[in-house]
Amino acid sequence: MSAVILPRADVPLADLPALLLPAYGETVTMVGIVMVVVLVVGTPLGVLLHNVAPGGLYERPALHAVLSWIISIGRSLPFLILMAAIVPFTRFITGTNIGIAAAVVPMSLAGIAFFTRIVENALRSVPPSIVQVARAAGGSNLQIMRSAQFSEAIPAVIGGLTIQVIAMIEYSAIAGTIGAGGIGYVAVTYGYQRFDNTVMLATIVILVVTVAVVQIAGDRLVRLTTPQKRLQHT
Amino acid sequence: MITLRQLTKTYGRGGTAVTVLDRLDFEVPTGRIAAVVGPSGAGKSTLAQCINLLERPTSGSVVVNGEELSGLPEKRLREARRRIGTVFQSSSLLSRRTAAENIALPLEYLGVTPNEARARVAELLDRVGLADKAGHYPFQLSGGQAQRVGIARALALRPSILLADEATSGLDPDTTRSVVGLIRQLRDDLDLTVVFITHEMDTVRQVADTVARLDHGRIVEQGTLVELLTSHESQLGRSLQPRRGHAGPEAGTRTWFVTYDSTVVPGDWIQRVTADLGTAVHLLGASVETVHGVNTGSATLGIGTDDDARVAAALARCGLSGTPDDGPPLGPRASLGSADAVSGGFLAGAGRVRTGTLEDVA
Ligand SMILES: Nc1ncnc2c1ncn2[C@@H]1O[C@H](COP(=O)(O)OP(=O)(O)OP(=O)(O)O)[C@@H](O)[C@H]1O
Ligand SMILES: [Mg+2]
Repeated sequence: MSAVILPRADVPLADLPALLLPAYGETVTMVGIVMVVVLVVGTPLGVLLHNVAPGGLYERPALHAVLSWIISIGRSLPFLILMAAIVPFTRFITGTNIGIAAAVVPMSLAGIAFFTRIVENALRSVPPSIVQVARAAGGSNLQIMRSAQFSEAIPAVIGGLTIQVIAMIEYSAIAGTIGAGGIGYVAVTYGYQRFDNTVMLATIVILVVTVAVVQIAGDRLVRLTTPQKRLQHT
Repeated sequence: MITLRQLTKTYGRGGTAVTVLDRLDFEVPTGRIAAVVGPSGAGKSTLAQCINLLERPTSGSVVVNGEELSGLPEKRLREARRRIGTVFQSSSLLSRRTAAENIALPLEYLGVTPNEARARVAELLDRVGLADKAGHYPFQLSGGQAQRVGIARALALRPSILLADEATSGLDPDTTRSVVGLIRQLRDDLDLTVVFITHEMDTVRQVADTVARLDHGRIVEQGTLVELLTSHESQLGRSLQPRRGHAGPEAGTRTWFVTYDSTVVPGDWIQRVTADLGTAVHLLGASVETVHGVNTGSATLGIGTDDDARVAAALARCGLSGTPDDGPPLGPRASLGSADAVSGGFLAGAGRVRTGTLEDVA
């Protein structure tokens, strides 16, 4: 977190970069760490969830029901409530309940639940005949999941990933209120609590631009991974 | 060689169980193309999935090239499946892979080195006539080309068995003919045993050596294509005849539907029958073709006499068999619908079995 001496009046324009850049760096760090955790845990979890469902490669209806239920709970709690509710867990994991480390835990949990559903949905949109093809071609379950199910679903997963990153930026702003730092923290302490319109406006611009860039990058990646879109627009 | 013995497949259990295949016996000798036809929901796809064990049979045995597959554990099954190529209905290519990469899929799964795989894929692309389409993605291929890629993929591991489930459905007649031609060519070259599932009778006449009709979970009729086409008694044979609309009869004539009932029908049979009966024989509609070197076909005639017995005898002397057809001129060829099936009498006792079959068989 940036150590800034807080002035009484609005932050002068010249001081804005010194205030916002470190905060932006914190947001990027938080979202970056969370996204790595989410991808590493959520991807296999989503594939598993899809395949223990009825009709999947490892049909286990009971396991599916339990997993699905847990994920639904994770998805249904507003992030602020989830964050507050798991403070003891967060403290157990990180030894603290403020700062970036503390924010990363609830963000990761909420993010994993979110991304698991995204992966599950993406896999569901792959026609079942593709899986039959892969089975008939002599593929093992692992090979089928990787090269048929997941590979075909990649554009859909990336589309979902874009939504996910944007949601995580939003969560990081909420996490900012527990002192996790980041652009959201600046927006709340300067813009909201001190009515510093300059800072408020600056954070809004930064967030809007960031989200737009993420969206454009996501759309481009979807295009690149979909042969039909990639080749027809050139 | 494929041998199915007392094959039963039941989906679900308890009150909602449905027996789709009911103690079915079926055999396809090596190197033969067996067409399987039947109404929608008869269990044709289920039959195919039981042969490559994508679905485990509830009971009964599946023997492919002497190996009993139904009891094998999953890992051994995967090996067995590699000796069975499966061609699926269109649109079953991986959309993010090129034609060549799609064909390479089974080779990849097997763990073939990239160099070997590349050589084999090139050979296969050549074989199905798509050497210039290697780098095309599925959306850049026509339906017929996509189906050829599917066939090449099915052949990647040099299987001895080829299963084709509705492989030509949705293709136009010319494309169907070329795909069917390819399958016959491959059978001749590679001595493949082929199970060809379709509901298109025109395709059956082009591709099949033998034809089996599946209904309510059993093979209710089967025979060689020529046998069936030259047997007026056979319901399956009659449904195989191309039968389009025909001209209306003239006043004072009676309409007959006649089929070639033997392999030695003389080419000038109309003159012969006319001379025999001493009355006018009008040709209202006909379709005659050579199948495996034998003339087969059917005709709709207007005959100026009421003496059905004499007409039948005259037809029989030419190797034909006919029945008076007093209905309105036929529309498009009647399909193997259920109305047809009921009159056939093949179904006696073959009603769909629901619950309880499991115990009966065990
Ligand atoms: N996984 C399944 N679970 C339950 N019932 C099934 C399943 N698969 C197929 N069936 C049922 O089995 C019957 C036969 O299906 P199948 O797909 O084998 O028919 P088909 O002869 O291939 O029909 P079509 O010509 O329409 O393709 C149908 O009544 C279908 O509802
Ligand atoms: Mg079917």
